Amino acid sequence: MTKNYLFEIGTEEMPAHVVAKSVKQLADRTGKFLTENGLGFKNIKTFSTPRRLTVLVEALAEKQADIDEVKKGPAKKIALDKDGNWSKAAQGFVRGQGMSTDDIYFEELKGTEYAYVHIQKPGKPASEILLGMADVVKAMNFPTKMRWGTSGDFEFVRPIHWLVSIFGSDVIPVKLLDITAGRKTEGHRFLGDSVVLANADDYEDALKNQFVIANAQERKNMIVSQMNDLVAEKNWQIKPDAGLLEEVTNLVEYPTVFSGSFDKKYLEIPDEVLITSMKDNQRYFEVYDQDGKLINHFISVRNGNKDYLENVVSGNEKVLVARLDDAVFFYDEDRKYPISHFVDRLKNVSFHDKIGSMADKLVRVKAIGEYLAQKWHLDEQTIKDFDRASSIYKFDLVTQMVGEFAELQGVMGMHYARLAGENEAVSVAIKEHYMPNTAEGELPQTTVGALLSVADKLDTIITFFGAGMIPSSSNDPYALRRYAYGIVRILLDQGWSLPFEETLPALISAIDGKTKAKLPKGDEDKEIALFIRDRIKQYMQKNDFKYDVIDAVLASSQQDPSQILASAKVLQQHHDDAAFKPVVESLIRINNILDKAKFSGQGQVDPELFEDQSEAELASGVAALAKVADFSELYQGFVKLQPVIDKYFETNMIMAKDPAVKTNRLMQLQEVRSLAERLGSLNKLVIK
Amino acid sequence: MVDKKLTIQDMLFKLEQFWSSKGCMIMPSYDVEKGAGTMSPYTFLRAVGPEPWAACYVEPSRRPADGRYGDNPNRLFQHHQFQVVIKPAPLNIQEYYLESLKVLGIDPLEHDIRFVEDNWENPSMGCAGVGWEVWLDGMEVSQFTYFQTVGELDVKPTMSECTYGVERLASYIQDVNSVFDLEWGDGVYYRDIFKQPEYEHSKYAFEASDQKQLLEFFDIYEKTAKRLLSQNLVHPAYDYILKCSHTFNLLDARGAVSVTERAGYLQRIRSMAHEVAVAFVEEREKRGFPLLKSAEEKKAGLKND
Repeated sequence: MTKNYLFEIGTEEMPAHVVAKSVKQLADRTGKFLTENGLGFKNIKTFSTPRRLTVLVEALAEKQADIDEVKKGPAKKIALDKDGNWSKAAQGFVRGQGMSTDDIYFEELKGTEYAYVHIQKPGKPASEILLGMADVVKAMNFPTKMRWGTSGDFEFVRPIHWLVSIFGSDVIPVKLLDITAGRKTEGHRFLGDSVVLANADDYEDALKNQFVIANAQERKNMIVSQMNDLVAEKNWQIKPDAGLLEEVTNLVEYPTVFSGSFDKKYLEIPDEVLITSMKDNQRYFEVYDQDGKLINHFISVRNGNKDYLENVVSGNEKVLVARLDDAVFFYDEDRKYPISHFVDRLKNVSFHDKIGSMADKLVRVKAIGEYLAQKWHLDEQTIKDFDRASSIYKFDLVTQMVGEFAELQGVMGMHYARLAGENEAVSVAIKEHYMPNTAEGELPQTTVGALLSVADKLDTIITFFGAGMIPSSSNDPYALRRYAYGIVRILLDQGWSLPFEETLPALISAIDGKTKAKLPKGDEDKEIALFIRDRIKQYMQKNDFKYDVIDAVLASSQQDPSQILASAKVLQQHHDDAAFKPVVESLIRINNILDKAKFSGQGQVDPELFEDQSEAELASGVAALAKVADFSELYQGFVKLQPVIDKYFETNMIMAKDPAVKTNRLMQLQEVRSLAERLGSLNKLVIK
Repeated sequence: MVDKKLTIQDMLFKLEQFWSSKGCMIMPSYDVEKGAGTMSPYTFLRAVGPEPWAACYVEPSRRPADGRYGDNPNRLFQHHQFQVVIKPAPLNIQEYYLESLKVLGIDPLEHDIRFVEDNWENPSMGCAGVGWEVWLDGMEVSQFTYFQTVGELDVKPTMSECTYGVERLASYIQDVNSVFDLEWGDGVYYRDIFKQPEYEHSKYAFEASDQKQLLEFFDIYEKTAKRLLSQNLVHPAYDYILKCSHTFNLLDARGAVSVTERAGYLQRIRSMAHEVAVAFVEEREKRGFPLLKSAEEKKAGLKND
């Protein structure tokens, strides 16, 4: 027989972001607890609001299965000693079964008598086991826990006020602190009353009568449908925001959607400021017209019904206006000063106390970017824009707006730069230098923005490494990995070549004397190169490259992310071709021969020493391939060259008796190997 | 909304009356500058140790960086908090709070009242708590906290703190858009009392303060606090720690403190806050935790009150 079991934890208002996770946790822990205790069930449904976490266990067994089994023990002659007393073996056997020696009987099996016990245990009733739900509650984890007045050392996400625990129609009096679970739950804090449940199944409907929509999905659907109705009626648009919707769903027990408006004059503030004020501070949805333009309305959700909604609307409008007035104040104040005023103040803003001020950083980033711009032959206008952008790009950090809304850094810089008459490239670069904001975030779209972002991140990595703040495998407080990964992604996106090992010394010398941090000396920059190389690996893993391809291209001497990735693409693309195996094998064979001969000779192949036509054929094939820059062409070249190489080996003894001929042949193979290495260390490839 | 609009002083009377009916003592505002009601010794010191405590008081809260020369309708150099602290926190403290709103004429059925997560932290005083900001139709009118640590000591039993933003709440009740239009009492308006000080304090905080002198003040106050601490003079030491904190806020308003230096100053204040909290508990213990004793006596019915 089965019945449904309802368990509700009633609390003070939980943080919106923990509600969904916590009810899932409660369901998982409950399921585990029941399974471990041998109580079967069909399914666990969850309900959750800011004030309750609830599970409804459907078709829960009323008791554990009865045990009725016969266990065979030691042979009689071992079970009894020579005086007829129970041996240690017999005692151990019954103890292991939770029985006593009195329960032993003997039975013959294939001519030998053995000790047996017959275990018959009725299963425990669920009503007894369910009292252990208190331990399920005690085991729960939360991002932040708290003690309250009567909780002693016990901690929970918020104070617990009541517990409901009903199995079918019977209360299971789970005890926690000084609370004993019963059948009484609480309705909406203001609109509802407490309600006594006769049965576990009454829960959802009984609460609905008390203005609590306990089903979180239903609550969310109510919000969405009310919002859609409102938007359709007013001919507005809203942008979906799953995070905000989820949060709002978990801020209310009974949702009523409403809209409010504000004076149009506030629309002159940048959209991002308005949206931040509405969304982050007030949990409002911003509203757009049919053309996608932000308009002077907002949508919010009340925890209650439609009564006195006009009070709620006017109150919310008033709050928003106060916030927007603040924003206007910052906006007006900030615009009173030229950009140079803020740039001046960057001297007093620390980048890091071991490295120097923000003003110092600007100088270094400019030096790095100028070096890179030359290296990449960027055009004159780009360089000019970069020079300007890099001289000011952190200025918004000391504006009042960013002081208030830190998340608007970069965005405000862009707006203020535009207002101050900076050109579009400079203005946008100020915003884009923070990109990508997350590992897989959007990349800078403009050349100047990309250059500024790379230069800014390179400076951060070099100076932090120089100051000894190198990330460990578990600890990367300054997110240097994300910066390095961002650099790799931008380089690939822009097609910029940056062989780190050979470029780092130049970058370091470009910023020498511009920071109080010690800069990496001697071989120390290798560590940075390796750090960035690991991010290239991360990038390839993320983009589903085969592990042997990744190993092969990273083991090569190739340093430039774009080149590494280009060869990886070719190897990945042809990895499963029929021609792949013979080509790679022939190239590996060359490798092995050279390794075995310990050959590292340099010099020119001398055609005069050729003894066979195959040698000349290989030489001309190699000469043609040497001019190929494209990895795909290079690979195809090797496919064509493979029969030539095979013929070469068939016809010629590499280790010729004549040392001059031998050296010449090894030299020829060396040429092939150098070409092949451009694709990667092919011996790392797994060929089938 | 409400039949007759409450003046600020009506509001404060009602709150005092309400909370005293719930067993809170009405304390005077504490006469040293501070950034928040929490920093009054009636909260900070009384939060630590085992003794029970229930008090409410109005506290002027000075935040130099928020000064706006009296130009901004809602931002102030000095605003006022009505602070209620009860230890151990009663289980029905939220209901008390909602009742207090009703006393002010705010019926929850006619508004949208929400408890939105806001875990309060004051790192410079080594304080952290768990709780909410209370939203009244979207406006944060109170801060509600269960203290977990104060002066880096665990708060056991837990103390509850409700902080009403007096100007915010009054703007709502009187339905004005600018705090300066609030009626304080008997036809006297907020602007008549505070407009000029707001201007002057902003002028001082942003323009006329002497950074060099403030840095010296900070050092002197810190030295004094430490000396007093070494002599177990808890309360005067605490006064000087409050002065350090206010001086730091003045320096901060001038933008005179870099991000790195900031951490250093906060650490200096925090370490003193910890020491004074420890010293307070020790001194109370020496005196046999008098309030614990009287509470026990009250409970046992040995004492008539």
